[in-house]
Amino acid sequence: MADTIALEVTRYRPEEESEPTFQTYEVPLRQDWVVLDALNHVKDHVDGTLSYRWSCRMGVCGSCGMMVNGEPKLTCAEFLTDHAPGPIRVEPLRFFPVVRDLVVDIGDFMSKLKSVKPWLVRKQERAIADGEFRQTPQQLDTYKQFSMCINCMLCYSACPVFGLEPSFVGPAAIALARRYSQDSRDQGSRERLDVLSEKGGMWECTFVGECSEACPKNVDPAGAIQQYKLEGTVHWFKTLLPLGDR
Amino acid sequence: MSTPVRYTLHHPRWYRRPVSVFWWLKKRAYIVFVLRELTSVFVALVSVLTLLQVRAILESPEAHAALMARLASPPVTGLLLVALAALVFHSVSWFNLAPRAMPVRLRGRRVPDVLVSGGNFAAWLFLSAAMAFLFLGTMTTR
Repeated sequence: MADTIALEVTRYRPEEESEPTFQTYEVPLRQDWVVLDALNHVKDHVDGTLSYRWSCRMGVCGSCGMMVNGEPKLTCAEFLTDHAPGPIRVEPLRFFPVVRDLVVDIGDFMSKLKSVKPWLVRKQERAIADGEFRQTPQQLDTYKQFSMCINCMLCYSACPVFGLEPSFVGPAAIALARRYSQDSRDQGSRERLDVLSEKGGMWECTFVGECSEACPKNVDPAGAIQQYKLEGTVHWFKTLLPLGDR
Repeated sequence: MSTPVRYTLHHPRWYRRPVSVFWWLKKRAYIVFVLRELTSVFVALVSVLTLLQVRAILESPEAHAALMARLASPPVTGLLLVALAALVFHSVSWFNLAPRAMPVRLRGRRVPDVLVSGGNFAAWLFLSAAMAFLFLGTMTTR
């Protein structure tokens, strides 16, 4: 096996160029190195001007998502040897505006996430003296899968709907909305359903299903969106009844 | 230094890569998705055809026979065979996706996915048999 591998990395320096280019770096091909290790090697020893995001190196923080050979991946979990003999093409997450090199702007995602109220909504807070909220394992099971989301945004880069319709609130935000709406302690499911029923909400989704394939945490955002569509439809039928929900 | 720098107020100069109209050709899963969407055209076609058939049956045996004669031409038969393949693909892919949209729970436990999709397949089989009985029965009693 060769002892180095080529890394083709997107460079975009807005003060110098009007569109991104590729720069190739030869990095050591080590068994225990992931793409993020290779980028850190470039940053530390070859080219300190390369910009990218990372933090935990263990698939928890969700910062290091990039396109690796055209697929959205956490670079901390993508071994170099799996792509040997290379070259490995590393690009910024698709469908997001690029700020610099491999760094994308996530402001839009953050505001979308906030719009679905990803926290426990209570109509009235319970007094501390009343004790904790109890939950059965079955109640936990209804939302636990969706709570594994780490906001890495790989699902957005896998979603052609988000690429074509940037106003789409997107897979992760809807999966997290589902996470809270399914929680027995939460009382905000109606508010979230209203937000997701608007333009740019769940009805934008055409169930391509690639968001769930891309998810490194096995969350099923595509499933969450279809569950919301079902809930929205049932709710709509209820509004037609004489004494139905309004 | 190819172009002069034009910064936008308060945020950096982003680069947005345009999405190609051929985005769906770039990955097998996307192609399958687009094909699944296109099968809806055949679903609509067959739905209209079924309504026409029902109308003809209610009208008179002659009207039904005339419609069937028109449908028996080789090009239409070819189209119907393509439609049948499209409908089977459409139905199978959607029924397989059904458990993800409907996580059924009984006594707090999630019903296995295979039972949810299996229920859909069973209903499909039953309705198909009922339709076959209706149409083939009408044809033989004439």
